[in-house]
Amino acid sequence: MTTQMVGKPIQRVEDKDLLTGKGNFTDDIKLPGTLHVAFIRAPFAHARITGIDLDAARDLAGVHLVMAAADLPAPAKGKRILLQVPNPAIADPITQEPLVSDRVAFAGEAVAVVVADSRAIAEDAAEMVMVDYDPLPTVANLAQATAPGADKVHPHLADNVAARIHVGYGDIESAFRDAAHTVSVTLDQHRGTGNPMEGRAVLAAPNALDGGITVWSATQAPHILRRALVDMLEMAETDIRVIAPDVGGGFGPKVQAYPEEFVIPICAQMLGVPVKWIEDRREHLLCTVQERDQTWSVEMAVDAEGKLLGVRGRMQHDQGAYLPWGVIAPYISTVTMPGPYVLPAYDLETQVMFTNKVPTAPLRGAGRPQAVFAMERLFDLAADRMGLDRAELRRRNLIPAEAMPYSVGLIFRDGQPLVYDSGDYPRCQQIAEEKSGWADFPARREAALREGHYIGLGIANYVEGTGLGPFEGATTQVLPSGRIMIKTGAAGQGQGNRTVYAQVAAEAFNVDISQVDVELGDTGKIPIGVGAFASRLMVNAGSAIDVSAGTVVTKMKKIAAAAFEVSEDDLELVDGTVRVTGEQGPSLTFGEMAQMASGMPGYVLPGGQEPGLFATHYFSPPQAAYANGSHAVEVEVDPETGIVRIARYIVVHDCGRMVNPLLVEGQIQGGLAHGIGNAFLEKMRYDDDANPVTTTLADYLLPDADNVPTAEIYHVESPAPHNPLGVKGAGEGGTIPAAAAVVSAVEDALRPFGIQIDEAPILPERICELIDAARQDTQEAS
Amino acid sequence: MTTKSISLTVNGKTVDQEVEPRTHLADFLRHGIGLTGTHIGCEHGVCGACTVLVDGQAVRSCLMLAVQADGAEVTTVEGLAGNADDLSPIQAAFREFHGLQCGYCTPGFLTSLTQLLMENPDIGEEDLRKELSGNLCRCTGYAGIVRAALAAAQAYKEAAATGMGGSR
Repeated sequence: MTTQMVGKPIQRVEDKDLLTGKGNFTDDIKLPGTLHVAFIRAPFAHARITGIDLDAARDLAGVHLVMAAADLPAPAKGKRILLQVPNPAIADPITQEPLVSDRVAFAGEAVAVVVADSRAIAEDAAEMVMVDYDPLPTVANLAQATAPGADKVHPHLADNVAARIHVGYGDIESAFRDAAHTVSVTLDQHRGTGNPMEGRAVLAAPNALDGGITVWSATQAPHILRRALVDMLEMAETDIRVIAPDVGGGFGPKVQAYPEEFVIPICAQMLGVPVKWIEDRREHLLCTVQERDQTWSVEMAVDAEGKLLGVRGRMQHDQGAYLPWGVIAPYISTVTMPGPYVLPAYDLETQVMFTNKVPTAPLRGAGRPQAVFAMERLFDLAADRMGLDRAELRRRNLIPAEAMPYSVGLIFRDGQPLVYDSGDYPRCQQIAEEKSGWADFPARREAALREGHYIGLGIANYVEGTGLGPFEGATTQVLPSGRIMIKTGAAGQGQGNRTVYAQVAAEAFNVDISQVDVELGDTGKIPIGVGAFASRLMVNAGSAIDVSAGTVVTKMKKIAAAAFEVSEDDLELVDGTVRVTGEQGPSLTFGEMAQMASGMPGYVLPGGQEPGLFATHYFSPPQAAYANGSHAVEVEVDPETGIVRIARYIVVHDCGRMVNPLLVEGQIQGGLAHGIGNAFLEKMRYDDDANPVTTTLADYLLPDADNVPTAEIYHVESPAPHNPLGVKGAGEGGTIPAAAAVVSAVEDALRPFGIQIDEAPILPERICELIDAARQDTQEAS
Repeated sequence: MTTKSISLTVNGKTVDQEVEPRTHLADFLRHGIGLTGTHIGCEHGVCGACTVLVDGQAVRSCLMLAVQADGAEVTTVEGLAGNADDLSPIQAAFREFHGLQCGYCTPGFLTSLTQLLMENPDIGEEDLRKELSGNLCRCTGYAGIVRAALAAAQAYKEAAATGMGGSR
């Protein structure tokens, strides 16, 4: 008899503390004597620092340290942050300095730091720091970056090209030569932000006893941060402990190691006391990495029957000023383009361009939403051109389930051939069509139009490589109390990782999840780890827990079998005991077994086993686990105001086996909200001099309860073949096709005006502009 | 900097403290008296994470100075349930309907909804969503929050009908 834990919609173990104000976020940690920090940030997007006067700030009462780059101690002085994902495509792998020494390359870069008794005093002092800047020409966008004779983001480089990526396969020339139909489009996809409700946060405390340092950071990746700190500070790995306490959302931008994560520990070491910095919202919008920001010029070739022949084109990615996460995001874009479709030939040239803006790096979806937007826009365009239904054209090209595993012909971001491992893409689209009333919609649209309502239905499909390696580890231990302890480096930022990890362990030991303790996100608890990104934790950490827990269970059975003189096969784990199956015979509690396994001083250990009831396993997936899905969305557009209202949103989602459907749906719905933001709300704007202009949440619009509907979610479960749980990542699928589906629906609603939408987000004012332009064209024609 | 003496009630307890006039209520609650359940999201009055109840009204504590709360009765997320080990109806519903993920915006939603549901337990989904648009959540996509609020409304309705103030 086994209690099923995996697969049940179990309520979260995290919730009670978070609901009652007992969470433990970085700014909630109170260490005696902690000092507080304000940064002096560049007001120019590109400028040389010609002078800096810190004296007045240093004289303010309550100020303990004021420091510019020149004051940084060795070995950090003159160093840049370690790039952990190098790539031969990168021309110059330039990352940020902890404090800018000579030349700022985006507005908001930190040039000096103040440490004081309070944040308020630190900010007072920061205002007294005088920095002389010699402004340099700025590169504000892709057009400026690629113009002939363009000014340069980094004067020491030959041009603004950060990297060139060329991917493709098949005979692309023949595909276009033989095509019955070709369509082409140029698509702009603008910058969005992460904007977790908790910004970044760092607290560092030096340990006077051993010279080490403990760093609490609102990071997605404590082990990645420790690696960067080891490189910057040249300290032993064992002398730096990084802890991610409760983290208030991440969504990608909290993976990178940022300048502040070095400056704060350095200040703490210099002063010998704890030092804390809490990012404010303006700093987040200025300095935390952003994403999307690509321009695609692509064309699609289709034969007379509507079969895809090829896709080719060019993509430009606005990288911003530095490469904190290499070229991962644009690379993922380039290999996501084929999606769930049989695409015989593909060719994409990508230029990653430097600009004088905050860097781009993966943000929920990580380059995939842009590629899906490009592919799905081409499908809509081609269908309209051919006079075919948009879903029908897609249906003719979906990879059939029986073709799995399906090799695309590219190398994925994990370094392995892009081979879709499992999935039923036609079925997912079919469910989306059925549930959305796709077949009847044209009639409904006509009827609504007669009443003066502009309604539209959009559809988009995607495939997402999830669960990327290299590995994640977990230790499972049965404690003398009989409780199960799980330790892993892989912490979440709100996803409910403690709950799902406990479910996996609870199932292995056949106990309730209340018997499982989970310790996460602490480099002091497990020697190596990677972090939360690429929808990878359930695949990697979940599997590591499953395997290590299984090892401990096997060991317990061996010990008990020896003690009871029965076969291991005759034993079962019930109610926290190991006993002979089905009998009222002998049994041992987990606690008794843990005591036995630790032995008695001087005596021989029983059972011929190694001591202790614990096991550590590092799970390394051989390749990505490919999730997929189909979105269908119905909108109504007010052509006078350009306001889009989502009437219904249907998500069909396949993330393999679901450990906790309640949490999976939470991930889908939350990801969808982010995608809806990308579709018609969120646009990080810069002026022509690369000054950011949407630096409050009143200017940069996040989705709210009034514009995000509750999605109707349908699950298809195609178990992943390459991990023991059969799971795939679920964190990003909600976001990935959303902008494509919504824009498709908006365009459908506005068919009477005959407009084409080539951008995301599509904002109300742009919808009005497009309608006005279409009306003008009609008038001129008549 | 000069300080001013204030006296207020926070979660039923009297608090007397010296504060700088520039200290806003959120910082006072978090750092002045250690009630870190109230979170600061934007510090410019948009996100609603720092919402607390001041004399029963939902207030963005980042937009109110601590000195302005002199004499007021303040309820934070820590004080929503009568007993520290309990959950109020809206807190319990958030857990049941997965109305929170990272939990950072949650205190602001709970306090806002406490006032809203006590005053208007019959609210429908459409109006509820408009009311909730003053609080931002980046994790959940609001579905669980809306479900939780509609489910909890009944408990507030019953409390109002029986005249039991009880736990918030």
